[in-house]
Amino acid sequence: MPATASTREVTIEINGLRRTGTVEARRLLVHFLREDLGLTGTHVGCDTSQCGACTVEIDGVAVKSCTVLAVMADGASITTIEGLTDGSGELSRVQKAFHDHHALQCGFCTPGMVMSVRNLLRENPNPSEREIRHGLAGNICRCTGYHNIVRAVESLASEGSVA
Amino acid sequence: MTISQGTRHVGQPLKRREDLKLLAGRGRYVDDLKLPGMLYMAILRSPHAHAKIDSIDLSLARAAPGVRLALSGSALEDRIGPIVPNWIIPGSKVPVRRVVATDRVRFVGESVALVVAESLAEAYDAIGLIEVEYDVLPAVTEEQDAVRGDAPQLHENVPGNITTFYKVKGGDYEKANREADQVVKLRVVNNRLIPTCMETRAIVAAPEPDGTLTVYIGSQVPHMHRRWIAETVRIPEHQLRVVAPDIGGGFGAKMHLYPEDLLCPYLARELNAPVKWWETRSESHQSTSHGRAHTEDLEIAFNNDGRILGLKVSTLGNVGAYLSNMATGGPTVNTVNFGTGTYKIENYEALSRVVVTNTVPVDAYRGYGRPEGAYIAERAIDAVARHLNLDQVEVRRRNFIQASDFPYRPYGSTGVMYDSGDYQALLDKALEAFDYEGRRGECEALRGNGIYRGIGVAAYTHMCGMAPSRRLAPGGFDRGGWESARVSIDSSGRATIYSGSMSQGQGHATSLAQIAADVLQIPLEDIEIVQGDTRQVQAGHGTFNSRSMAVGGSSVHVSSHRVITKAKTIAAGMLEVDEKDVSYSAGAFTVPGTDIAPLTFSKVARMAYVGHKLPDGVAPGLDETVFYDPTGMGAPSGVHMAYVEVDPETGIVDILDYVAVDDVGTLINPRLAAGQIHGGVVQGIAQALFEEVSYDSESGQLLTGSLLDYAVPRAEHVPNIRSSFQQTPSPTNPIGVKGIGESGSIAAPPCMVHAVLDALSPFGIKHLDMPLTPPRIWAAIRSVREGDAR
Ligand code: FES
Ligand code: FES
Repeated sequence: MPATASTREVTIEINGLRRTGTVEARRLLVHFLREDLGLTGTHVGCDTSQCGACTVEIDGVAVKSCTVLAVMADGASITTIEGLTDGSGELSRVQKAFHDHHALQCGFCTPGMVMSVRNLLRENPNPSEREIRHGLAGNICRCTGYHNIVRAVESLASEGSVA
Repeated sequence: MTISQGTRHVGQPLKRREDLKLLAGRGRYVDDLKLPGMLYMAILRSPHAHAKIDSIDLSLARAAPGVRLALSGSALEDRIGPIVPNWIIPGSKVPVRRVVATDRVRFVGESVALVVAESLAEAYDAIGLIEVEYDVLPAVTEEQDAVRGDAPQLHENVPGNITTFYKVKGGDYEKANREADQVVKLRVVNNRLIPTCMETRAIVAAPEPDGTLTVYIGSQVPHMHRRWIAETVRIPEHQLRVVAPDIGGGFGAKMHLYPEDLLCPYLARELNAPVKWWETRSESHQSTSHGRAHTEDLEIAFNNDGRILGLKVSTLGNVGAYLSNMATGGPTVNTVNFGTGTYKIENYEALSRVVVTNTVPVDAYRGYGRPEGAYIAERAIDAVARHLNLDQVEVRRRNFIQASDFPYRPYGSTGVMYDSGDYQALLDKALEAFDYEGRRGECEALRGNGIYRGIGVAAYTHMCGMAPSRRLAPGGFDRGGWESARVSIDSSGRATIYSGSMSQGQGHATSLAQIAADVLQIPLEDIEIVQGDTRQVQAGHGTFNSRSMAVGGSSVHVSSHRVITKAKTIAAGMLEVDEKDVSYSAGAFTVPGTDIAPLTFSKVARMAYVGHKLPDGVAPGLDETVFYDPTGMGAPSGVHMAYVEVDPETGIVDILDYVAVDDVGTLINPRLAAGQIHGGVVQGIAQALFEEVSYDSESGQLLTGSLLDYAVPRAEHVPNIRSSFQQTPSPTNPIGVKGIGESGSIAAPPCMVHAVLDALSPFGIKHLDMPLTPPRIWAAIRSVREGDAR
């Protein structure tokens, strides 16, 4: 798409790669990721910023990518779920804990949930159960009842690095 | 044939095989699909609950950028539809449901017009340019209001707004009523819910170069969707391929035929281009089916020892503006048939009326009718305990169906049979895990300090996997009860299993493989499960009614057995021995008592495909397809207990503990089974404490129109779930499973309500309707306190 009055060129580092594209000014980051870049691991579960399915990391902080316009992310560095397994294809520690503790069923909330868990552990490497539950308040899961997600996070508590 | 077991897979808490792609962000949901030249459909929905459509002006929308087509209902009337329900209780009056409304709208959210454009943004923009003139009519949203004489009438052929009358009767309720020491009446409301799959609905219909059509849809029932779309859009069924990729939850909401399921295929053929529709969350609240929405009046006749002699039920089931796919079956067969629950209530009488209102159609949601049925039984037994001031555990014990009673037909029913179970043992396990005695004492002690804690108990049973096929016709259920599985062995001895079941997160790629691995005795890695593609999977009914392990799993089991039976014949030929002397163990055919070397399964498979040395009359190949039609239905059961603390100043409920003991028959995979309980229980807690769809009763406006207003619980609102199992194998199928998916959402609502009522018992509060939100509890306490002050 050529740049016009209502479009802008953005350059964003995504999962370690610099990507440049022209986006409509009204384009949400989540749509830029999904539709323009084909990174469909980031999901859209609502239209009121409630569900957290769209959570990605912008400059190391978990953000709901439906609350950000793509143009606002110009110059930022973004990690999506695809970025966690890039290269080796090996699951990261948080992903592995989800697998080990059966913390996903349909998997739709999972990418956003994993991103939020990383954020939670970065801010508080040794959270209590209450802190885990509170820390995931921005993410809805309809399948697991959260029980096994909490177990997965507990297994990572105090283990240090979240990478 | 006896098959000695190699490694047992059934019963092992194996980790899921489907996790890796989902965790890596490589799941493929419908909305992830992008096809060259794809167009986007958007729908204009009615802003009114009930109105005549005077005129629709599409001219501005048609002229808008990127728009390829803009249509109203009249252009489609002769082309597609109408939408016909799939479960029609005999005698029901079926209102006509157009795919897009023509002259009248009957709920907020009903489709009025559509636009197809080159981008989604352009489609949405153009929708905003359509002008519709409405003549607003009076609306009715509540079931009690809709059956009043002066209520607005929705459909000419549905007088009194009642589509269906359904009666159940066993024993002599009137006699029980006369003879009982006491009779208590209770009205209970089963609140309207939104299933809220985290993935909303989405469809892509794509014309293929060969003239066929592929429809990608997150369907729990791909083959049913193929049939329904083919019939309603008038496409030959064999030229339609339905593909269900990964599905972000279903819970019953993704097993119905919706207008968009028909519009995309129709438009794709008209425009000869792929057409996609994706539902926004707020749109979903007004276009995807809701659940529950019942009011039941109970009359309970009991003696002073707590024994219930009789129960009379009158149900009003609100099904919204039209009869959705299974709508007449929910408040009727699925609810009142199960109204006596786990209790021996021999005199039973129920009347259910299915009621149309100006609301979103109501259909299956996790448990469909069985949560409402269990709620009847459980609120009744709880009322007896409260009324007599008897211990809630003791009252249940006195009324339970006993282990020696199975198979048991409640109230002499011909339609309901509980195959097996042991409720007393379930209760004992739950009491022990919960520390009932200790906590009872704790509750009493704390009450002195103004701390209000309560214990809730609920027991349930129901039936899963509607079958056998020939028994479904009299109830008007227009599909079979069987499931199909094809076990196809390749020339290296590995298996591809084509199953008509359809996982939406349940983990079939793991659990079905476990079932097959035990019979085939090959490693799990050598088994692939294929579901969700009508071009690959021969036939099926899909996943609902907790049927996938009982019926789908049994079909995999039976077809795997057939494979081994044939392989054994081939092996006998290869070994030049009599077939009856051959055994199959640990993945190899042996001839016990001889020194003949074992012959591996893979060698036999290769022989089956080269065909060089097959016994006379044996055809090449090792590939068996089974349509497994069960002889009966398994009846899971369980006892759940909850411990809560209610803050009387705020009405907030803190859930301190939750114990679930479930008997779902043989466990295929305990890890996945527990996951099903966790998820179901939290959906049940959500119904009891948080969620409720609200309509403005005057205007019929949907007040809970987005996730901002509809209270789906977060991690911090719910407790850990302590789940354990008792395994009484079901005699109705070869693997002994009963069904698990719906247990949690059936047991948790009454369990939570009873816990809260127990906590509130010092205030003399005997009944509150769900959801038990802080304002509702606070208001109840306040009205008691104000009454005391007066
Ligand atoms: S899509 Fe729901 S919070 Fe972003
Ligand atoms: S796993 Fe389905 S929504 Fe979380």
